[in-house]
Amino acid sequence: MSSSDPLVRAEGLSKSYGPVRALAEASFTIPAGQVVGLLGPNGAGKTTAMKILTGYLAADAGRAWVAGHEVAAEPLAAKRCLGYLPENNPLYLEMRVADFLAFAHAARGLPRSRRRRDIDRVVVRTGLEPVFRRPLGECSKGYRQRAGLAQALLHDPPLLVLDEPTNGLDPNQVVEMRRLIRELGETKTVILTSHVLPEVEQLAGRVILIHRGRIVADGPLEGLRGGLGDRLIVRVAVRGPSGRLRRLLAAAGARAVRERPRPFGDPGLAAAEAELDGGAEALEALAAAAAAAGLPLVELAPQGHDLESTFRRLTAGEEAAA
Amino acid sequence: MSRALVVARRELMAAFDSPAAWLVLALVPALTAVLFFVLGGFFAAGAASLRDWFAAVPLLLVPVAPALTMRLWAEEFRSGTEELLFTYPLRTSELVLGKFLGALGLLAIALFFTLGAPLTVAALGPLDWGPVIGGYLGSLLLGAACLAVGAFFSSCTRNQIVAWLLGAVALLVFNLLAVAATSAAMPEWLGGILWRLDFGQRFAGIARGVVAVDDVLFYLLMTFLFLAWNGLRLEARRWP
Repeated sequence: MSSSDPLVRAEGLSKSYGPVRALAEASFTIPAGQVVGLLGPNGAGKTTAMKILTGYLAADAGRAWVAGHEVAAEPLAAKRCLGYLPENNPLYLEMRVADFLAFAHAARGLPRSRRRRDIDRVVVRTGLEPVFRRPLGECSKGYRQRAGLAQALLHDPPLLVLDEPTNGLDPNQVVEMRRLIRELGETKTVILTSHVLPEVEQLAGRVILIHRGRIVADGPLEGLRGGLGDRLIVRVAVRGPSGRLRRLLAAAGARAVRERPRPFGDPGLAAAEAELDGGAEALEALAAAAAAAGLPLVELAPQGHDLESTFRRLTAGEEAAA
Repeated sequence: MSRALVVARRELMAAFDSPAAWLVLALVPALTAVLFFVLGGFFAAGAASLRDWFAAVPLLLVPVAPALTMRLWAEEFRSGTEELLFTYPLRTSELVLGKFLGALGLLAIALFFTLGAPLTVAALGPLDWGPVIGGYLGSLLLGAACLAVGAFFSSCTRNQIVAWLLGAVALLVFNLLAVAATSAAMPEWLGGILWRLDFGQRFAGIARGVVAVDDVLFYLLMTFLFLAWNGLRLEARRWP
């Protein structure tokens, strides 16, 4: 592998589970040093992509390389170059943290002479000292997640694959785990999957949006946000029937209108979410049109140019095309 | 091989965290002692021989071997930890062999605890140790084949009880093939094959102290075949 080659390369990866297409011709490259968020709703195909990259699942079609090693042809060499924290962090709960890390070290075929040093390094890095002699089953979820991360770091791999790394953690643990990932991202290539948009916004410099097994967007965060221009996702609620609200939005040029639950459960209200071009002026015009139509506004809330807007616009487009 | 031993060591450690292993380690020596000394009429026979003791080994392994192997893969699948194992740089063959060796180690420990039987017999009369040593080697060989069968069925399910049931039924069938082979309705050619495949019938010679090469090769072949199927079954899981 030369220095100009990407650390990760996927070409046309496809995978089906029976009749369900989990991944469809997914292609991407990731150069060394990037923190990439693989983002998509549950069932989008993120985990399947990770499982193929880590050699756990075989792709139906397509090829993947890690550090120049084709995963299907040289699985052991590829696996030596990556550390993997699977979704739901499966661990041998009956084992003590120390024994689990010693097992992971030996299973990776690392020299016994390095074991103590490597384990000490990851224990300090992930803050596992207080529970080092404790069985994993008696550790808090936060410490278990750290143990999962520690086993992925034992061999100091250039690539870390983290599948939903903060799933199920309490808010404090989430903050701590994100801090750890941010630190690791300074020296390693990290691919993390998440369905939590703010998490990806905080951690990743680049986002691959995946929906229904297809990559619908791939680029730096700023670029994805910028792609929206002055288009807004706006939440609107009025006192009146939903049919009149739909007509009001149509007259204002809104697109992708979706009904939302009535605010406060009030049966006299109607609520929707829609895309609107034109920024603040469009909002003013919509408010004026509602007043003119005798529809008192209860809510008019722009959702902003965030990643969520981009994601919803792109996935809505896919759904419409499907 | 060294990484298979890493897996075997973890398996052995994990086994001692499960009640099934302790139960087997306690029950095997106790049951064999009761069967042999109390119910088997050892004292009435008046001979310092362990032939009857070894004759019970094939049937004893029907429930015991699957109890030692039921968690090998089923527990990995249930807890999801197989995802860790299969993303470490380990060959499937190393994983299969490691798990198998862990279970074999546990069986060897269980057999070690039965040494009280020959030691007791030796204290009571002149015991010929040759057949005893042959019997223990044969028990390990038969045990290896039974464990390979159990390990294969553990790789077919994520439920340990189902794994035990499948393994026990399969081993029971392997011990009843000779009975089926001698039934009047059985064609001679098929009867001959079934007779040769019977686990218990093969062991009869070993129980008498005769360790024949073809019996040894048979048990080794069955062990290899079921371990190979185990590996194929695991590889097939990568293509759901």
